[in-house]
Formats: sequence, C-alpha cells, structure tokens
Amino acid sequence: MSLIHKTAAELGALIAAGETSSAEVAEAHLDRMAEVEPKVKAFLHVDREVTLAQARAVDARLAAGEKLGPLAGVPIAHKDIFSTHDMPTTAASKILEGWRPPYDATVTARLRAAGLVILGKTNLDEFAMGSSTENSAYGDSHNPWDLTRTPGGSSGGSSAAVAAYEAPLSTGTDTGGSIRQPASVTGIVGMKPTYGGSSRYGVIAFASSLDTPGPFARNVLDTALLHEVFSGHDPMDSTSIDAPVPAVVEAARHGDVQGMRIGVVKEFGGEGYQQGVLNRFHDAVELLESLGAKVVEVSCPTFTTALPAYYLIAPSECSSNLARFDAMRYGLRVGDDGTRSAEEVMALTRAAGFGPEVKRRIMLGTYALSSGYYDAYYGQAQKVRTLISRDFEAAYQQVDVLISPTTPTTAFKLGERTGDPMAMYLADLCTIPSNLTGNAAISVPCGLADEDDLPVGLQIMAPVLGDDRCYRVAAAVEKALESRWGGPLLKEAPAL
Amino acid sequence: MSAITRDEVAHLARLSRMALSDDELDHYATQLDAIIEAVAKVAEVAAEDVPPSSHALPLTNVFRADEVRQSLTPEQALAGAPAVEDDRFRVPRILGEEA
Repeated sequence: MSLIHKTAAELGALIAAGETSSAEVAEAHLDRMAEVEPKVKAFLHVDREVTLAQARAVDARLAAGEKLGPLAGVPIAHKDIFSTHDMPTTAASKILEGWRPPYDATVTARLRAAGLVILGKTNLDEFAMGSSTENSAYGDSHNPWDLTRTPGGSSGGSSAAVAAYEAPLSTGTDTGGSIRQPASVTGIVGMKPTYGGSSRYGVIAFASSLDTPGPFARNVLDTALLHEVFSGHDPMDSTSIDAPVPAVVEAARHGDVQGMRIGVVKEFGGEGYQQGVLNRFHDAVELLESLGAKVVEVSCPTFTTALPAYYLIAPSECSSNLARFDAMRYGLRVGDDGTRSAEEVMALTRAAGFGPEVKRRIMLGTYALSSGYYDAYYGQAQKVRTLISRDFEAAYQQVDVLISPTTPTTAFKLGERTGDPMAMYLADLCTIPSNLTGNAAISVPCGLADEDDLPVGLQIMAPVLGDDRCYRVAAAVEKALESRWGGPLLKEAPAL
Repeated sequence: MSAITRDEVAHLARLSRMALSDDELDHYATQLDAIIEAVAKVAEVAAEDVPPSSHALPLTNVFRADEVRQSLTPEQALAGAPAVEDDRFRVPRILGEEA
C-alpha cells in the first residue's frame, strides 16, 4: 500500500522502526497534494521547503535517539486559524492577508514538540463563520466525494485534505459544529473535545466561550492519538481545564459498548432531516443494540432552541472579539491618506477586509448586545444555555452517552445555500447543544445515504471530560461497520 | 412589521466601525430582519427565574505568578504593523481638527 493510504499510527510505527523516513512520508503527501489540489483546494498556504525542512529535522531528532511520541514524523494539515510563526495565518480573511504571527499557538507548538510535520494551512470559512468554506475570502474547498459539493465547514479544508488522502491527520476548531459537520459530510472522524480540554492560545478567536480545537483523521484511533498530542492544561489559556486528558487512546483501542446506556435524542429527527440520513442513523441504533448496548429514547426539549440561542451568543462574542481588527497594529489598513482620522481608516479597513458573513454576524452581535435589546436577546439566549445544560444533566442521569445524526443532510451543493443564511445555519442543528454546554462530542462515519451515496455521520455526545466515552462508542461502531463493509467507508469514494 | 429598520442597520454599521455602502445596508437590512425574527424564539422558552449562563464550565479568574518572563521583542511586535515609526505603531490622527 502506498504511504498516503496508511493510517497515522502505521506511519508513525514505520518511521520509528526506520522503515521509512519522515521526509519520505512528507514528500509522498506533498506529491499527492500537487496532484489533487487543483480539484480539492483544501490548502491556503503550502511551502514544500518549509515542510521538508521540518521533516528532516524530525528525522534528525529520531536518529539522535530522542524519544518522541507515536505520531513523530507524521504529516498533518493545520487549519489556518492556528498561529504558525513560519507560515502565514489568515483565518481565510482579507483583513489578515499575508500576516505572519510572531509566535505559535499552543496547539501548533505541541504538534511540533511531538514531531508532527505541518504540510500547510487549510481553508476555512472566514474566521470560522460558516458551514461550507464558501465564506472563505480565498475560494471554496471541494468535497472529494463529489467535487460540486461542499466539504462542510468551517474546517472544510481540513476535512477535504484528510478525505482526499492529502494528509492522514488535520486540525480543526469547533464553535458550533465546525469539526463534526465537515467530518460527517466527508466520511471521516472528527472530534470536539470538552471545552477547555484543548488550548485556545494562539487560535484566532471567534466566540471565546465556545471555540474548541480538535482533531480529524480517517479512523478513530488516529483521531485519539492526535487528540492526546495537543490536549491538556495550558497556563496561557485562562479557560483551560487543569485536569488530566481523558484516556482517549485507551478507549479508541478498546471499542466496546457492552452494557452501556445510550440515549437517542428524540428532538433530532423528522422534518428537515434527509431520509437517507435517518435510515443510516436507525441502522446505527440497531447495530449498537446488537453490540450489547441498552438504547433508550431521551427527550431534551430545549435542544430545539439551541440554534437560535447560538446565533445570538456566537455573534455577540464575535462582535467583541473582532473589534481587535482595527487597522492599527497588524493586518490590513485601507485609506490612510494622511487626511483621514483613525476612526475613518478603521471603518474603511473593516468594510474592505471583512466578508459578508462576518459583517452580518458583527452587526447581529452588536444589535443583540445593545442597550434596549440586551435582555430580550443576549440575556434570553444565556438563559436558554442554562436550560440546555439542565436537559443534558437530566439525560446523563439516565444514559452514558447521547447519539444523533451529526447533520440533518449529506453534503450540499456549493452555491445551494449561500443566498439564505438561515438555511446555512441549519447544518449545525444537532451539533450546537454540545458547544453551548462544553460537552465532548464526536462524529464517526455510519454509511452512505440511499438517495445520493454520500457519507452520513453518527454523533456521539458525552458529558464534560467524558471524551473517552465518545471514542469508546465510536471505535465499537467503526469496528463493526468496517468488518461489514470490508474496510473503511472512504474506500467507496470515487478516485480523484 | 419588520424587526429591524434600515436606519438601525446603518447605526449598527457605525457602531461596528464598518463603512458600508448603501447597497450593502439594503442587503443586510433584509437579511438581519429575517435572522432576528428567527432567533427571537429564545424569548419563548426562558422563564424569569432561570439564571443566565455566560460560560459552559464553572470558572474562576486565573492569575499567573507576577514574575518577569520573556516576551516579544519590539521588532517581533511591530513586524505585522501597517506603519511603523521610531519603534512604535504609526497611526492616523486620532483627534479631530477642532480638538
């Protein structure tokens, strides 16, 4: 089998055994990128020499006997919202075109310390606001299953790169579903860790009470290995949890649901859901029962108001966070002709530098936070957040994990929803509750929809710091389905 | 009745420091109206006695020890600046002519 088709765990083992080198593995992936990037467009920045220099440095560290982890030498695609000192970091916005951060994000630094090799920076919806990559200022990424469709978003470049075998691993950030939804629609695994389980330091902020970095891979074990590499307490992030990382790798190695209590969220299904998605979800429920889990229906009535609450809370936080783009200290500056005031330059720069979705959300957030509307909108949304937490708490009294489809539909066509923001927002219907409450949640492939032969994802939600439960269930599902399919779902994807 | 008027959208754009064109204001007025109508659903569920949550986890302020650490050099801090003068960020005038 060629190097690009191997798992990250296999590549790490081959490199450690000296059967191949990090440089050779990086080169194989860079060649694959050169071949398929014109179609997939997963990356915003690629620098072959920077990547190969990193790989050679890891080979040298290993040759010198340095003990690195199981992913040492393995290449990774890195979402362009994580600061990297040696590559541009733009958040797919014109306002940060060409910007090079003076430091690395904690996640970036931990990837480097563990010997991972960064292949390039992946595309996203501008400032991670969107569900399709169509809000990127630098063009759309394409779904490897069907190039006329979106790879999801906001971390759509990262999902596309892994699904297209351009990288065995990638990073994402999940604010309302931006890891799980792209993983679901590209037939790969994506995990949103417990909020505070992974560091936000050096991640360009969108909605700080929700933003959570997390891993993508083509299988559950690789996802867990990457999760473990970059997670854990970071003193540079004041909302980082000072507790051990849950035993995610152990859980991924021992998928077993015998005796587990699994709740099906009653509110996620029915109108607005694609029949083929519901069919695969029901198959997954039967599978879990056949594997020895006790599956019950659980009602979480306030989950239906999570979407409106999210579209008040996230824009409110973004309107505050994005005030930092003031044209004074870094990034774009427009209209500074010596006569205009700082305020005029700021307004011209922000109008020129932000795309339509970002402008929409900044204004929506400004509205929700303004006096006279604060109580009716932002204040109410915060109360809904409390109610959703209570629904989760009540559910976890009865069950160990909750499950639902990851998204209501399979990958939609590029251009299909760009004219209607509310239709776009519905992609995150099932993923948002876990962001509002900080819960862990994963998406794992569970088959192809009958109508369009496109991947469907199963979402598994667990309580705060119950990340290992997500992996345990996902690994059991993956093992059973792969033995039924005779390999991973991704082998059904058409050749690029 | 619309939830938000075009004049209100123009006001929001000013508060947000974004110099939007007339066409943009028309466009966003329609879209924001639809979005605000949809999100107003939050008012239907949350009762008076429900405490608000600003955050997912119970958190307290975290302070690091007050000790000197390595930080960015002036060159690093200014490396991305649109304009620099004498090791400082050079900015457009911040006071009005009348001031």
